[in-house]
Amino acid sequence: MQDWRNYKKVLLPDIPNLNQIEVYEANGGYAKWKEVITGTGTHTFIKREEKVLEDGTKQVIETKEQVPYSPKVVVDIVKSANVRGRGGAGFNAGLKWSFMPPKKEGVPRYLAVNGDESEPGSFKDRRLMEFNPHLVIEGILFACYAMEMDAAYIYIRGEYVDYLNFLEKAVFQAYQKGYVGKNILGSGRTIDIYVHRGAGAYICGEETSLMESLEGKRAYPRSKPPFPAQRGLWGCPTTINNVDTMAQSALVMRYGAEWYASIGAKTHPGPFLYGISGHINRPGIYEYPTGMLITDLIYKVAGGMKNGKKLKAVIPGGVSVPILRADMIEGVRMDTDSLAAAGLDIENGKYGFPLGNRKLGSMMGTGGMVIMNEDTDMVKLVRRISQFFHHESCGQCTPCREGTGWLEKLIIKIDEGRGEMKDLDLLFSLTENMEGRTVCMLADASAWPVRATIIRFREEFEAKVKNSVYAVS
Amino acid sequence: MAGYTSHSHQEIDNTKYEFTEEELKQVQYHISKYPDKQSAVMPVLWMAQEKYGWLSDGAIQLVADSIGLSFAHVYGVATFYTMYFKRKMGKYLLEICTCLTCGICGGPEVLEYTKKKIQANEEGISPDGLFWVREAECLGACDTAPVMQFNNGHYVHNLNNDTIDKLIDEVRKGRLPEFVSIPLRDQSIIDD
Ligand SMILES: Cc1cc2nc3c(=O)[nH]c(=O)nc-3n(C[C@H](O)[C@H](O)[C@H](O)COP(=O)(O)O)c2cc1C
Ligand code: SF4
Ligand code: FES
Repeated sequence: MQDWRNYKKVLLPDIPNLNQIEVYEANGGYAKWKEVITGTGTHTFIKREEKVLEDGTKQVIETKEQVPYSPKVVVDIVKSANVRGRGGAGFNAGLKWSFMPPKKEGVPRYLAVNGDESEPGSFKDRRLMEFNPHLVIEGILFACYAMEMDAAYIYIRGEYVDYLNFLEKAVFQAYQKGYVGKNILGSGRTIDIYVHRGAGAYICGEETSLMESLEGKRAYPRSKPPFPAQRGLWGCPTTINNVDTMAQSALVMRYGAEWYASIGAKTHPGPFLYGISGHINRPGIYEYPTGMLITDLIYKVAGGMKNGKKLKAVIPGGVSVPILRADMIEGVRMDTDSLAAAGLDIENGKYGFPLGNRKLGSMMGTGGMVIMNEDTDMVKLVRRISQFFHHESCGQCTPCREGTGWLEKLIIKIDEGRGEMKDLDLLFSLTENMEGRTVCMLADASAWPVRATIIRFREEFEAKVKNSVYAVS
Repeated sequence: MAGYTSHSHQEIDNTKYEFTEEELKQVQYHISKYPDKQSAVMPVLWMAQEKYGWLSDGAIQLVADSIGLSFAHVYGVATFYTMYFKRKMGKYLLEICTCLTCGICGGPEVLEYTKKKIQANEEGISPDGLFWVREAECLGACDTAPVMQFNNGHYVHNLNNDTIDKLIDEVRKGRLPEFVSIPLRDQSIIDD
């Protein structure tokens, strides 16, 4: 990994008033968009071929070709950069874009931009909306161009009304400059961008729920298939991406896929917004490459533990991802592969988080890192998390509606000292029965933190349960 | 379930629910943003709530009529989301986050303190009806935990008992919190 100490911020650079379009333009903003939409720019396509020379040695021959920015070329550029979705699942954005069916005349296509940001512990998209909204808008324009879409709907959680206003002002400015709207810069292309305010429901961040909400309904997630690319908003082909993913795509177009892919972790590249909160001296959003050491982030970046307390646990990417004990983070980096292996070497993997047929350390999620000190009560923590999921379950599927309720009840019982040892096993099997049986992933997301915390802090749960008759051996 | 509030007692409501010419234009604008008019329901519910403070049956009927949807549909949407108020509560809603980060950084204690401070009843409402306190889920501002959302609007950051005292006093004097921008972090590196 290149030296993160000399990293120059590109998502949230320290440029005053960057949310004003003139300032954004003066710093290179919308220049690439102008080239792409008016057809004036070309992309340098580098072909590498291996050639065997007469003496038997091999040589890589590079040929450069100038190609116009066709929609397909834009998809290919973003795909080759390997922009991994910043909404939590980390799916290659360009690859997702390539799943859109061929354009049919007369059938509209839509982009839904996910600004619901409700995963507890996450607060990065909010910063982009306030400090660099035009980067998000430029990314949206590239996405709409690449997928030949007519309009984008940015769905923003209702609570973010102040931040929605920043974004809405920026959209207005972009319309005034002719970068968005009808016949953009004389190109004949029309792309509209609308901002839609949610009204307080975590589930709306789930992509199909978000679409239901945009259609003006109660936001019950839809079962898949059909996938949004086939039947999305108003029955038309749709792609859904996170706000941050849009900003990342704009950077890829501006600086190139090779530049992007060279930043941070090989398999999970790019600039990254680390959202660090909890028992830490300098909580906040920090922009660095992916693949930072968790320990560097805690001690060198965010100023170390508050009040000199000892570190106990880290949730690396929002509430749903498995919690890591302090003894599991040594040498662990914030990238998918490193996190997956975190702590698995300890005592034959006794802290491994079973997921499908493998064992896992943790995941990137949203990059919202919650840092906890030695005084944190893990049972109370899980109790509050379970309350959250119980409250936010839309109630459509029985295993989720009932399961989230049971999890909360059992954990309250344990926390209040009324639990028994067998309740821990019951909790465990409950979480297993909630997974993979529901319309959306909320059920899984609610089961994971419970299971991970019991595996990794079992002694705290045991200390709170009554001595059980089964515990005698 | 997300945002379900029971529809309790029916009171006689003499309010005349209607949108002005200007507001009706706004409704038309919202309808024009989407390929299907039904999608305008959320923005127009927001309009009605901002105008009347909460969504009574009359306000919901107004939303339904001005878009051309059934009362049942609009009512169903309004009850799904927690930020739409289906009952008239205190004048100013104080939503204090006690979720993940706020939960470990003093949110629950601030919530309890606030309830005591305003002498909240079981529903979280102060005797004079000026304040209504409730627990919030993560507000997406965990770096300034604990956080409050004031009346569906501005956030109040880095709460403690003192900031609560000050806020309550100011609001009683008619001064409401303003938007506070949290600056980006300076990224100087700390080596020891
Ligand atoms: C319960 C649930 C909540 C989610 N909440 C969010 C959210 O608040 N913001 C977000 O971007 N993605 C959220 N997602 C993920 C989205 O479904 C979707 O994968 C994502 O927006 C795709 O964007 P990306 O590929 O750019 O990451 C959520 C998923 C689930 C299952
Ligand atoms: S899993 Fe839960 S949140 Fe998702 S659709 Fe089913 S009940 Fe609703
Ligand atoms: S946990 Fe309170 S704002 Fe995130």
